[in-house]
Amino acid sequence: MNPNSQQSEARRKKTQRGKTRRKKPKLAVFKFASCDGCQLSLLDCEDELLAVADAVEIAYFPEATRATVKGPYDLTLVEGSITTPHDAERIHEIRRKSRVLITIGACATSGGIQALRNFANVNAFIGAVYANPAYIETLRTSTAIADHVPVDFQLNGCPIDKYQLLEVISAFLHGRKPNVSPHSVCMECKLSGTACVMVSKGTLCMGPVTHAGCGALCPRFNRGCFGCFGPKETPNTASAAATFRELGATDAEIERLFRSIQAAAPAFHEESLIAERAQNTNHG
Amino acid sequence: MAKSRTIKVDYLARVEGEGALHIRIKDGTVTDAKLKIFEPPRFFEAFLRGRDFKEAPDITARICGICPIAYQMSSSHAMEEIVGARVDGSLRDLRHLLYCGEWIESHALHVFMLHAPDFLGFEDAIQMARDHPELVKNGLRLKKAGNTIMQVVGGREVHPINVRVGGFYRVPTVAELAALRPELEWGLGASIEALEALSALPFPEFERDYEFVALREQDEYAILGGRIVSNKGVDIPIEAFDDEFEEIHVAHSTSLHGRHRRRGAYLVGPLARFNLNFEMLSPEAQRAALKFGPGRTCNNPFKSLLVRAVELVHAFETAIRLIDRYEEPSQPSVPVPPRAGVGYGCTEAPRGLCWHRYEIDDEGIIKDARIVPPTSQNQACIEEDMMHFAGENVTLSDDELQWKCEQGIRNYDPCISCSCHFLNLTVDRD
Repeated sequence: MNPNSQQSEARRKKTQRGKTRRKKPKLAVFKFASCDGCQLSLLDCEDELLAVADAVEIAYFPEATRATVKGPYDLTLVEGSITTPHDAERIHEIRRKSRVLITIGACATSGGIQALRNFANVNAFIGAVYANPAYIETLRTSTAIADHVPVDFQLNGCPIDKYQLLEVISAFLHGRKPNVSPHSVCMECKLSGTACVMVSKGTLCMGPVTHAGCGALCPRFNRGCFGCFGPKETPNTASAAATFRELGATDAEIERLFRSIQAAAPAFHEESLIAERAQNTNHG
Repeated sequence: MAKSRTIKVDYLARVEGEGALHIRIKDGTVTDAKLKIFEPPRFFEAFLRGRDFKEAPDITARICGICPIAYQMSSSHAMEEIVGARVDGSLRDLRHLLYCGEWIESHALHVFMLHAPDFLGFEDAIQMARDHPELVKNGLRLKKAGNTIMQVVGGREVHPINVRVGGFYRVPTVAELAALRPELEWGLGASIEALEALSALPFPEFERDYEFVALREQDEYAILGGRIVSNKGVDIPIEAFDDEFEEIHVAHSTSLHGRHRRRGAYLVGPLARFNLNFEMLSPEAQRAALKFGPGRTCNNPFKSLLVRAVELVHAFETAIRLIDRYEEPSQPSVPVPPRAGVGYGCTEAPRGLCWHRYEIDDEGIIKDARIVPPTSQNQACIEEDMMHFAGENVTLSDDELQWKCEQGIRNYDPCISCSCHFLNLTVDRD
């Protein structure tokens, strides 16, 4: 037994106050380029947080604690996308010490909103104004965690839904598959009896091609879905784009709809390129 | 031989985002203190160019998961100024209420989960909950009360979807807001009790002569707008920000350092607002501040914990007042036909001034964007605090000094994720 595991063993015994209990799985939360909102979702589980902390050993979660326990970890949650050479290395290290690795949120799952850089004319960016460019080291693209290491499960959303997060953690603890349906936001509208904003008001809505999980939040607030949960399984983006066009959307608008918070998710990426090309053709 | 010590915190915990602290001590004197911010920049200002002006609230919200409303409000105000739209009456009240929700969830998170454990010698709130279960449970319940406002008015806690340039997509009914009232009343009482309990914490004796900078309104504790003022004579409209303040790019940070052009480091956030606008706090908040501390003024950054608790009282009392006078507006938003121009927005994020400037063309496409978040403005001040604080405590052991310095940084509730989104892109080709 190495000194670290002795230490954590001692800590475990202390925290259990004499009770004999099964060894708790070790939970770690790592952050890459992101807004911190998805890991905050765990702290936003105000009613469940202490129960979660009871079911797992929070071994590494700097946003919440300065205490750290060395790996390997049983369950690792990864927030954020890979945007620097250092982070591209670091994710491999994290994968090596994680038994199960789950991405949380749009950044970790598809590159996030910062993947808009992937579409920029890089030379134009270099020419832009900055004080001391030499201080900043960054990659040309923002990429998903799965582009770098194998991932066991991806929970999408910008931000993720905290109840889905609890479901994923709980599924892991019980050794079962998370119950996260891959259907569309459209379906959630039907299930909640929300009138279709596209049919009834002509509002552009990404609901037909967007992954469920938010509970059809935007349509319930009288606005079109803007795709923050990323593509559903097998989305028909061409059909959605054609409908948007029928409703009077320009190619530039369609490009922006698909090229937004989930810009680098393959299905949305492809459709935004088609809309971009259509603009270039029309402008000669 | 000179005796050197280095205090290093390679990954600051219980702050939002990625930062480190390096302090160098030589012969008992602090020679250097650097807050190193290595959070990867995300270049929001670069990719806002070319987007529709109506997308700004949804895009800028993604700068920060803890204070998205600050970004949504500052960007909406700037766009509304450009197109000449006025959002007032009940719509303004709703924005004020939503912002109170953000202050409550953000302050409660910081006071109870991130900051208080330092004062009681715990590494986190979950450890603290074993010995102080009521403190943590009430803290979580207060936080939830703020998040419930975010859900009802904004749609969800993180990255609310209901804010738009010109107002909202859907306004709540009178009954939906009235349903919030009982929990907010509990929150008002509980936050006063929390202030009383927290005022008994051991606060390090540490005061400095800060330049406090905050917004000021004539008739309310400024959150949504006002003039930028300081205790050293600044009194300017928000569009004159650049005349007084500048941002400097330093090697050890991916976040720009804010400085007053002539006087250097300045402080934004709860301490600044409290000292500059005490008379505008809600009656219960003023009473609680005088009765339980921190008193009428406060120059001890460690007591920012108490000031946040006072602002919690204020936010609860204000939220109740706004709900009581709420009448459902006839329209959820006012029209915002695009026109070319430049506009400014500045609001009080939980951590301080959140300043935006945009230029759009006559089709509403964003030509230029600049965002100055609160934490980048506080960086220079944090480093100066560390120089002085570490200097006064050099006799502590390395471990103790390290923890005390971490606590000193957490005084600012730094939101590092939002502080470094703005640099233009330079490229390391892969």
